[in-house]
Amino acid sequence: MTNRSDFLVKIENAGIFRSSKWLVRDVSLEVSQGQIVTLIGPNGSGKTTTAKMVLNILKPDEGFVISNTGRVAYVPQKINVDWTMPLRVFDFMKITGDLSENDMKENLRLTGVERLIYSELRNLSGGEFQRVLIARAIAKKPELLVLDEPVQGVDFNGEIALYNLIKQISDTLNCGILLISHDIHFVMSSTDHVICLNGHICCSGSPSSVAKNPSYIELFGEHTASTLSLYKHHHDHSHGADGRIEK
Amino acid sequence: MFDDFFVRALIAGIGVAIVTGPLGCFVIWRRLSYFGDTLSHSALIGVTIAFSFSINISLSVFIVSSIIALLLLSLQKRTQLPGDALLGLLAHSSIAVGLVLIGYLTFIRFDIMGLLFGDILSVTINDIYIIWFGGALILIILYLIWRSLFAATVNYDLAAAEGMNPDRSNIIFTLLLAGVIGISIKMIGVLLITGLLLIPSALARNLSSNPSQMVLLSIVAGVISVVLGLFASLEINSASGPSIIVVALVLFILSMLVPSSDRLKKN
Repeated sequence: MTNRSDFLVKIENAGIFRSSKWLVRDVSLEVSQGQIVTLIGPNGSGKTTTAKMVLNILKPDEGFVISNTGRVAYVPQKINVDWTMPLRVFDFMKITGDLSENDMKENLRLTGVERLIYSELRNLSGGEFQRVLIARAIAKKPELLVLDEPVQGVDFNGEIALYNLIKQISDTLNCGILLISHDIHFVMSSTDHVICLNGHICCSGSPSSVAKNPSYIELFGEHTASTLSLYKHHHDHSHGADGRIEK
Repeated sequence: MFDDFFVRALIAGIGVAIVTGPLGCFVIWRRLSYFGDTLSHSALIGVTIAFSFSINISLSVFIVSSIIALLLLSLQKRTQLPGDALLGLLAHSSIAVGLVLIGYLTFIRFDIMGLLFGDILSVTINDIYIIWFGGALILIILYLIWRSLFAATVNYDLAAAEGMNPDRSNIIFTLLLAGVIGISIKMIGVLLITGLLLIPSALARNLSSNPSQMVLLSIVAGVISVVLGLFASLEINSASGPSIIVVALVLFILSMLVPSSDRLKKN
């Protein structure tokens, strides 16, 4: 479905070398319009580093990055807002580009935090902060959206809603999404392409092919693989061709 | 009107305070107070160079401080020395080098106290032009890089990812800081410039709930400090720099008595 030549961003054989070791090496990936690419891997496997190469925050020490878009939005893993800076959600929403108050409210409503528009950022809870970060990124109407563990600290129901929102955004904006996620369920149900990372690319491909890959199972254990199959068979009903529920 | 030295000092001082207000906010947000100190200490070398080659003090201070600032930025990337140690090293060596150089320049009469703490008697009409035109230039440039600098201050990665070019605005901001030191050295003196950058902005933080409010209040507080400080300086014959900083300090203490919006919310 995706045309090889019209990727939004592409990195090839890229690696970052710091303090006499490679944080990641030999990573190649590309993200195209309307595609959701997910990076999974254990802590310290270089997911965030890879995302930063894609975003041009870190210049790779080997390999290269080609970007075809200037409209990028980023949800970083962590932002610390210092006490010295009086920053409200309202100010934070337009930090890298103008945004009307209506658009702002609309996007905050999508992530369920419209009421916090005039609150100080540093007074928000972890989950509220994530919702603001996601709203801000979506409000930019990006072509490429990079989300680094976007639902951390969000309550369980909120997590599902936000993942659904991300899926919906990829459809409505037709943007490319690079997602770093631990949520195997979402990864498996909505992602087009999964890359399993552990300092290098262990395996990659469609979610179901990755789940069967021995190096994935070695990294995450049979357990997640079986959770996955459980998940797949956990519906107690099925849908007919017209969407009607059939027992 | 400009014939009166006191009027000249007032006009110059108000000009300085208008520029230090917004820059001071960034100094606080970015935790650059020691960085500012280091730059202003290096200004002493700039002053001696200005006297030796009879060039304009503000220009010479700006150039020397810029060089020290860029040196510092590149050293920070190259050495393992922690940032504060590096700043201390440069701050004290540059003030030492400055004082040694002054010792050599026996053919010029120096008012060291004036250099260190400011001297309102020395403000000329020329200085007023430099402060107001230089200051206007600094504020225009700050306005142009505002969004990028502000984004980079909140989060470097976010700014870099979304095309805000944070490295460029960081360097430009450093040069603006050197420029402020250049234009305010005569008024406030080498040792106290950072105080005028910091204290009004710290005061403004106590009273504000958003960034633009903090910038505006910082300017207002700076202007009040300068005006009251200069009157005090005239009245009790104290050095202008310390008088201005003492007023700023008193205002800061008063601002802590005002219940902040934060504390109000909790009740």
